[in-house]
This record gives sequence, structure tokens and C-alpha cells, in this order.
Amino acid sequence: MNDHSFGFRTRALHAGTPPDPTTGARAMPIYLTSSFVFDSTEHAAELFALRTYGNIYSRIGNPTVAAFEERMASLEGGLGAVAFASGLAAQLAAVLCVAESGDHIVATASLYGGTVTQFTVTLKRMGIACTLVPGDDPRAIEAAILPNTKLVYTETIGNPTGNVADLEALANIAHAHGLPLVVDNTFASPALCRPIEFGADIVTHSATKFIGGHGTVIAGVLVESGKFPWGAGKHPLLSQPSPGYHDMNFAETFGEYALLMRARVEVLRDVGAALSPMNAFMLLQGLETLPLRMAAHVENARIVANFLRGRDEVSWVKYAELANSPYRTLAAKYLPLGAGAIFTFGLRGGREAGRAFIEALELWSHLANVGDGKSLVIHPASTTHQQLGDEEMLVSGVSPDMVRLSVGREDPSDLLWDLENGLRAATAAAAKSGATV
Amino acid sequence: MILETVAQRRALLARSHTLAMVGASPTTTRPSYFVFSYLRTKGRMHIAAINPNAHDIDGVVAFPSLAAYAAVHGAPDIVDVFRRSSEAAAVTREAIAIGAKAIWYQYGVIDDVAIALADAAGLDVVVDRCIKVETARFDGGLSVGGLNSGLITSKRIAPPSRSN
Ligand SMILES: Cc1ncc(COP(=O)(O)O)c(C=O)c1O
Repeated sequence: MNDHSFGFRTRALHAGTPPDPTTGARAMPIYLTSSFVFDSTEHAAELFALRTYGNIYSRIGNPTVAAFEERMASLEGGLGAVAFASGLAAQLAAVLCVAESGDHIVATASLYGGTVTQFTVTLKRMGIACTLVPGDDPRAIEAAILPNTKLVYTETIGNPTGNVADLEALANIAHAHGLPLVVDNTFASPALCRPIEFGADIVTHSATKFIGGHGTVIAGVLVESGKFPWGAGKHPLLSQPSPGYHDMNFAETFGEYALLMRARVEVLRDVGAALSPMNAFMLLQGLETLPLRMAAHVENARIVANFLRGRDEVSWVKYAELANSPYRTLAAKYLPLGAGAIFTFGLRGGREAGRAFIEALELWSHLANVGDGKSLVIHPASTTHQQLGDEEMLVSGVSPDMVRLSVGREDPSDLLWDLENGLRAATAAAAKSGATV
Repeated sequence: MILETVAQRRALLARSHTLAMVGASPTTTRPSYFVFSYLRTKGRMHIAAINPNAHDIDGVVAFPSLAAYAAVHGAPDIVDVFRRSSEAAAVTREAIAIGAKAIWYQYGVIDDVAIALADAAGLDVVVDRCIKVETARFDGGLSVGGLNSGLITSKRIAPPSRSN
């Protein structure tokens, strides 16, 4: 073993999965077992007291899941990771690691609709308040920070509006107030952006999307940088004795590993949203090809964005790489390999045109997901963001004419052929309903 | 020599057989207790506690000083320092006096005078690292917890041994 530092594609294939120590199996075995035997009562006691590393029960840890976690940590450049049953579970865990009833969090407003409801409805019921800050001005984020604020939250590329977060500016503001920056990196994936390199402290993913890459499993993961001073006093859940663990002080006992340990042995243990080993195996398979897939997604997304931009039926296209995008500079800085493959556009002719467009598509799948290998399409105002009130909808950037695409890896000519048919149907519908195109 | 690379730390751990831990605590929630009990049950090295205020840790007799340890066991391969930075130089002088081969300063134990003394005396020196974390990095322990070991290998890593 030497000190060679391995590249991203190598780590996507190898990190977390040396040959199986017991059998020599080269692929990661699926350890489909709920529990693990102890060697002795002393061993059991050490494990439960967290004094030694080892497996106890798959709600808390499992070898196949750990392999996925380590690979994610490696790809994001983090200290470690904890996997969860879904992206929403992972981001809830990020909040619960540092905040409790009476605390407050600050988030950018342009977020996945499910995140908005998690933060403004469910967290609120648990006594954790959330301020959603509209717009892209980091100073507005700073102004929303209160004495009881515990973290700042954003998405690398906002769902669905596609705004690119100024990660470095947000990290600086958060750190100036003793707070961690939490970044949902779902839309970029570590192949296109690694927020920790720009100062983020915690990265979460809906691994359901590009990480899995095949539209098969629901999963989430939390990665931590290991650089945040959890023991500094701003986060008593980490720096005060924990009644959930014999009054152990996580920051003192585990140093840089404090948050990762608490995320696993208190939050995952008690919330219970564990990832199945079977799903972890699927995710490991997905990660092997992540860099190759993301390059193909970006290539197709550029082709589709440029095609739509040139069409009369289309009133606007919001893809961060386009010349007219306000996010072009930020995308060049944070997403040099490509601004992802999920973006939105506006269809002239209103709701009727939108309905006709989506229904005419043969190849693009109409469903509520993104980041599948297959191309996907949805109308957010009537689906993913439907639960939001009018004002929240506007604040999160969703307009009634908005169509969201998740560009897959099919032959681009087939994608354009299908879109062409959709646009034709939209025009006919608009003409019929009397709207002007 | 100051050991800065992963490979150097791995080689040090592999060639060392005895370790004297200065500041090992019998209090079961203290970090030094976690490290002590982990290293002891991992069974790689013979581990001793140096703590003038403790009689024993988990039944393992604690020595009041490095000199007292050396009088019984000879020079240790590694002296692991779990003391305030301000006491690092004094511990280092003792370690040099008993002929320790290496000195390992735990997280946050950083003192330039101590480091320079140890280096000049020909000891191998590790600074601001946790010996438990580095041990776990190489025996698969970190990986069990979803932590980034940094290891990429096509060679089989031996399953963690628990003999002791
Ligand atoms: C950006 C973003 N974050 C989080 C989530 C939630 O992830 P999951 O559905 O895996 O819980 C989604 C799901 O659509 C998402 O798009």
C-alpha cells in the first residue's frame, strides 16, 4: 500500500469494497441478515458501549450497507457516511443530529417540494422552526439566522427551478455564525460537484436518483466532512452528555467523528429508517458507472436544452449552462463538467398545452422521479409541488406553465423525435382551446 | 522522523509490539479509555497504561510513570501521548530517556518543542492522529462503520482478530 491518491472513476469502482475478508469474493456480497453473533459477552458489551467497531443489528449497521457508505464518503471527499432508507430520511437525520425542539434552521426556498413540507410542516410539529429564504442572495440567508439557528440548508441545483447555489458564499456565512452548511447534492451527484470541496459540512442525497441510476431503489445517504467543530458549544446535542448513551459526550469521545457517530447510533438507531442490504448492493452497482453515466446525461441534456431553446412553442428554458442563464457563472465554478441533466422549460399555451405535450410523449416517462437512466417528464405545479400553497409555490419558483425534464441516456435523436411530437400536440391543443402559440 | 504518510503509519503499527499509553483513563466515557480498550482487545500489541492516579484499567495494572513501566517491561515500541499539549515536552523527555522507538501524539496534542525533541532523538513521530482510528483504518474497523478508510486494494484484508 502506498500513498497514491486514486481518481474518481477508480474510487467509484473500488472504494469500500476490497475483496470480502471471509470468502475472498471480489463483488460485494449481500449480507442479508438482521443480526450478527457476538464472540463473547465481553465483545457484546464493548460493541454496545461503542468501544469497538463491529456489527450488531442491521438497523444500525450492515457490511453491504457500510460498503455503500464508505464509497459515498470517498466520492464526496468526506470522513464517513451513514445510509438511510430514503433521501428524506437522510436529510431529516441531518437536522435531528444538531437540532431539537425549540431550535431553528435556515434554508434556501427553492427546494424539492417534499423537503419544503418536511421542513415547514413535520419539523414544525416537532418544535423545530424553519425559515425559507427566497432568492439567491447569500446576505438574505445571513439575515435569517437567529440565536437558536442550528444549520443552513440548500440544494446544489434547486429542484425544480435549477438555481445553482453559491456554496462557498453560503459556507462562509454559515461558518461565521458557527453553523454547518448542509447541502442536498442529489441533482449534481459527486461526479459533477463535491460540495465539501467548497466548504459544505454535511452532504445529503436522495440516492434514489443518479446514485442508484436505474430507477430501482429508494435510498438516501448523509456524508460528513469531518471538519466542523461540533464541540465548540453551539450544538449541545453533540457537545453535552447524551442521556441516550450513558451520558456520553459525542464531541469529546469521538472528536471529528462525533456527528457521524451520533447520526448512526442515536438518530438512525432511534428513527429506524435503515437501508436494506439488498438496496445497498444495487446502489454499489450503480456507483460503479456513476461518472460514465453523468457524462452521458450531461451530453444529452445539452442537446435537449438547445433544441427546446430554438422552438417557438417554448417560452423559456432554464438550464444553467445556457448563455442567458443567471446561473451560468456559478455553474462554471461549481459544475465545470456539466450543470446536470434536470431542468425546466415553459410551454406556451398554458395548462392545456402542457397536458397535451406530456400525453403525446411515447418515450419520455410521465412520472414523479428524476435521475433515472430513462428520460422522465412531469408538470410540477400539479404533482410534486401541488401540496404547496400558492405563495410557497411561487417562492419555490414553480409556475403553472413549467415542465420538468430529467434527461436520460437514450439516443438523443430519439429524445428529440419524441419531443417534436409532443410540441406538435401542444400546438394543436393550444389552437383548439383558443390560446395563442 | 516525522511520519506523515498513511504508508508510514501503517508500517509503524505493523512493526510495533509494545505500546505505553500515557494518560490512559479508567473512566469509561473518556476518549483515552475508548482507545485503550480498543487497542487492548484488538490483540495486536501489548498495551500498558501510564497513569499515576489509577490502580488499574479493566484489571490491567497502571504504571505511575514511563520509567516505572520500563523497569518492568523495557523500552516500549510506541509511547502514545494522551496529555495536554503543555505536558507533551515532559512526556517526550521521559520517552527518550527510556529508549522508546516511537512517540505518537493524539488528536490535539501539538507542541513544537516536544516534536523537535523527539525527532532530534531519532524517534519516529506521529502528530495529531488517533492511534485507534489509524489501527481501525488498516484492520477494516473504519469500514465497518461506513467511515472512509481511504483504502483501495484488490488484496484480501484479514478479518479483524479478537484473540486476547
Ligand atoms: C432534490 C431532492 N432531494 C430529496 C429528495 C427526496 O428523496 P427520496 O425520495 O429518496 O426520499 C428528492 C426526491 O425527489 C429530491 O429530488
